[in-house]
Amino acid sequence: MQVQHATEHAHPQLGFWRKYVFSTDHKIIGIQYMITAMAMAVVGGLLSMLMRLQLAWPSQQWPMLGKILPVAFAGNIMDPGFYVSLVTMHGTIMVFFLFTAVLTGAFGNFLIPLQIGARDMAFPFLNALSYWVFLLSCIVIISALFVAGGAPLGGWTAYAPLSALGEASGPGEGAGMTLWITALGLFTISGLMGGLNYVTTILTMRTKGLSMMRLPLTQWSLLITAILGLLAFPVLLAAAILLTFDRMGGTSFFIPSGIIMNNRLLGNSGGHPLLWQHLFWFFGHPEVYIVILPAMGMASDILSTFCRKPIFSYKMMVYSMASIAGLSFIVWGNHMFVSGMSPFLGSVFTMTTLVIAVPSAVKTFNWLGTVWGARIRFTTASLFSIGFISVFVSGGLSGIFLGSSAADIYLQDTYFVVAHFHLVMAIAPLFAAFAGIYYWFPKMFGRFMNEFLGKVHFWASLIGVYAVFFPMHILGITGHMRRIYDPLFYEFLKPDQAMNVFVSVSAFALAAVQLIFLANFFISIFAGKKVNENNPWHATTLEWETPCPTGHGNFGDELPVVHRWAFDYSVPGAKNDFVPQTVPPGGEKV
Amino acid sequence: MPVLTEDKLAGDIGVPPRMTPPSGGDGRGEPDSSFPVSSRQMATWLLMTGVGMLFAGLTSAYIVLRGVPTWEHLQLPPMVWGNTLILLVSSLTFDLARRAVKVDNISAVRKWLGLTAALGIVFVSGQILLWRQMTASGLLLTSTLHSSFFYVLSGVHAVHILGGLIGLAWVSVQAWKGRFSSISFEPLRLCANYWHFMGGVWLFLILLLVFA
Amino acid sequence: MADGNGPGRITIAGLAFAFMMLVLIIVSVWLFVAQPWWFPELASVSGGDIDDVFMAVLIVTGIAFIGVQGVLGYFVARYGTRGTERAGYWHDNPKAEAGLLIGTAVIMTVLVFMGQRVWANIYFTDAPEGTLEVQATGEQFAWDFHYAGPDGVFGRTDAKLITDTNQVGLDRKDDAAKDDIVVVNEMHVVVNKPFKVRLRSKDVIHSFFLPHMRVKQDAVPGMSILVWLEPTRTGEFELACAELCGLGHYRMKAKVVVEKTEQDLNNWVKQKLAEQTAN
Repeated sequence: MQVQHATEHAHPQLGFWRKYVFSTDHKIIGIQYMITAMAMAVVGGLLSMLMRLQLAWPSQQWPMLGKILPVAFAGNIMDPGFYVSLVTMHGTIMVFFLFTAVLTGAFGNFLIPLQIGARDMAFPFLNALSYWVFLLSCIVIISALFVAGGAPLGGWTAYAPLSALGEASGPGEGAGMTLWITALGLFTISGLMGGLNYVTTILTMRTKGLSMMRLPLTQWSLLITAILGLLAFPVLLAAAILLTFDRMGGTSFFIPSGIIMNNRLLGNSGGHPLLWQHLFWFFGHPEVYIVILPAMGMASDILSTFCRKPIFSYKMMVYSMASIAGLSFIVWGNHMFVSGMSPFLGSVFTMTTLVIAVPSAVKTFNWLGTVWGARIRFTTASLFSIGFISVFVSGGLSGIFLGSSAADIYLQDTYFVVAHFHLVMAIAPLFAAFAGIYYWFPKMFGRFMNEFLGKVHFWASLIGVYAVFFPMHILGITGHMRRIYDPLFYEFLKPDQAMNVFVSVSAFALAAVQLIFLANFFISIFAGKKVNENNPWHATTLEWETPCPTGHGNFGDELPVVHRWAFDYSVPGAKNDFVPQTVPPGGEKV
Repeated sequence: MPVLTEDKLAGDIGVPPRMTPPSGGDGRGEPDSSFPVSSRQMATWLLMTGVGMLFAGLTSAYIVLRGVPTWEHLQLPPMVWGNTLILLVSSLTFDLARRAVKVDNISAVRKWLGLTAALGIVFVSGQILLWRQMTASGLLLTSTLHSSFFYVLSGVHAVHILGGLIGLAWVSVQAWKGRFSSISFEPLRLCANYWHFMGGVWLFLILLLVFA
Repeated sequence: MADGNGPGRITIAGLAFAFMMLVLIIVSVWLFVAQPWWFPELASVSGGDIDDVFMAVLIVTGIAFIGVQGVLGYFVARYGTRGTERAGYWHDNPKAEAGLLIGTAVIMTVLVFMGQRVWANIYFTDAPEGTLEVQATGEQFAWDFHYAGPDGVFGRTDAKLITDTNQVGLDRKDDAAKDDIVVVNEMHVVVNKPFKVRLRSKDVIHSFFLPHMRVKQDAVPGMSILVWLEPTRTGEFELACAELCGLGHYRMKAKVVVEKTEQDLNNWVKQKLAEQTAN
């Protein structure tokens, strides 16, 4: 029995601002991340709606938009430069400011101390600081949309020399690009502060009895992801520093000699555009796993809970996440098969890329093994975790085409790639995030989200995401390029137009459905059905030992002691169909 | 029995032994009994990992571009060696501060910390002087790839030394207030770790820039 | 494997999900087998190899897709609960796991080897002697095609000579350049005869994409990258830029004309030369 000094909880009553705004409590910070990320999702989503509008009806007149955005819609038609800046900002906002932020920032912060039996993170002040730097980075990236010249044109990947030549490359490459780089720099610093906190907390502050192999998969995934982030993000920062010097200092890290802009020869010499790609993707490939790993961890735990059955092969689930993380550092060239990189390297990267498919396959088999013989309780949370499996498999399989360098020659930079990465890096993590929100909402706010609206949200979204992204595979097969303002410019793409319209209409419908979720989320905070017990889902992990909502200090006078792993569901001979981690051996029979 | 082991450990790493039986983490950075490293130590290692990866990225860029046929390798002013020496000596003085605290010689601690800070400031000033010297003699940021790398690498490094100076300032304030003793000096030790690391990074960078 | 206590129940939610998986499988099979929209009609030799690799991967992933989505749907339909039944507690099967892992690894290895043969053919095989070479330079936002002309020697180019009408800075005073032509956004080649393209870029990264011929290669400033291929059909084919290069990226379209005979190509070159030296 561990007795924590009661005086440590006798904090003076904090005012509203210290309690809910400038809090150092990990739960508040987690919710702050969540709400900020949701706001960024709305912005990123709106940008993609405008993109889909243009793709379905290219060069159509939109008088309303011409009034609201006179520069972007000069003459009531979308400006091609604006289209490309939409592409850039949609990608940047979604990858960093939604997905990385919500999965590691929101869920990481909220869940880590709770699931390991700690009262808060190792460094609560640093934690709060990481949120405020993140918020600042959000403000900076959004401001890029509004400066003169607009947002950058280089895609979220910002290939040099396009991104290195400043205004000469096009509008938005001046001030807009500077703000873009600044926002990413701030985001990286925020991420590093968070990552430092997560690794330290998970390793050094687990409660008594909670060995590493008794951790929920959510915690393993957050730990591995945080380590990945510490190793990968600084390389992005290095690339961004060199790019900034090229843009503003006149250096030639990424700019070779012989560049001719406006019929004038530039004076640069010695740099190499491919160096940017190598640095960026050395970061970029681990980044996609930074997004998907926490999703896998959470979906696995939630799936197990509602299947009332242990996750199949917990050990292999841990090893596969670790091996995915390790392998993610040696596959980056799979983005560069047609880049001019040495074809020999292309062969090497094909091999490593197809190797990394194996642990993901292992995880898929294990999810199926979990559902086999289960007793599934269908809640919104469990439906989204099941939907996660379907969407992840769809997206993962298309990756095999792209990893085969020969097939990639044709598919690179087409909508096949767009289909792949949306399903596997956007939709799958989104489904896992939704599962997490519906699941942990009671713990956060002491109320349930509305289950009926949740189920409407799920079924409509499942249909919607396939309607939007599955046809994109076919578009890619027909040769439809990415980042194209007007597909009808090309004869060979004209037959695709019906699909483009179908995708756009589906996208508008899918976006509208998300409004149901947003309304449900915010209204339920105040008016949702109240939770009357600590553990409404009858789950085994430590956060369910605390009240709903969890109070400051998390665990009352005594920290919990752990006696078993997190997956004792349907234990033979046990009184209940679940045994919390804190129940000593033999205690489950009572 | 556990108390004995912790005493020995504490002497080396400056973390006082626990009076209460080991418990789980309490949200304020106190180590869990089962994990052999304190949370502050862990955080310092992770910080060094992140910073190390930043320099690794910049270094790999250097190595890639070093192979370009138009590479011009320039002679760096000898002042760079003087600055290097100053930084290495500051690591020495920092270590002397650590040795002093282990024998509770607090006045020596203050002296050596002060000297380290002074040397750190001299180093950064020296770097700025070096840049001015180079610019005056025509070795600009944009002159060649080699000079570009020199400015960028030494600049990013200097920023991190400034960060280290901020940490050192805080540690010095703590030392002045008498907060450290032979059994409790972890922040001093960790700050020294970071400082030595940045010294090592500089040594690596300068050898890279001159000989590679 | 014991099923635990109490039968799994078929639920409405489970059936609905299984139905969705069924619809997903049917629609995807229709799209990939009936092919209402599919690859542009093949027009090159190496493109055929790429299509074969695609097909091999499609068969493997198709089986996996139908298998996994189908099994997922079946399990979700079959194993619902009304709230009190217990599931099975089993959660490990090292043999099955190892088998599936090794099986996946073997399949991946086979795919790697199949693909690598095609990759090697494309990248590690040289074009035959005497293959026509075209120098293609991408710029914001057009493609400049430079032909060496009948003498087979490319004339000197100089960046200082670049103007709006002299896109590659061809030095007409150079002897070798006297029979060169530079054509914007139009390239002619001959059917069943290989041709080489030397890719360059003036400003930012572009990408040379001929969908019908299944060829794509980035044009990187500071690099000179060679691709070669053999067209198998006559006609006009569209070339697109496949690497985001600025606000005009979408309109970097060029026309590639595959002529029936070498004579037809030479006639075109002669005609272009006449136009360009008339000034």
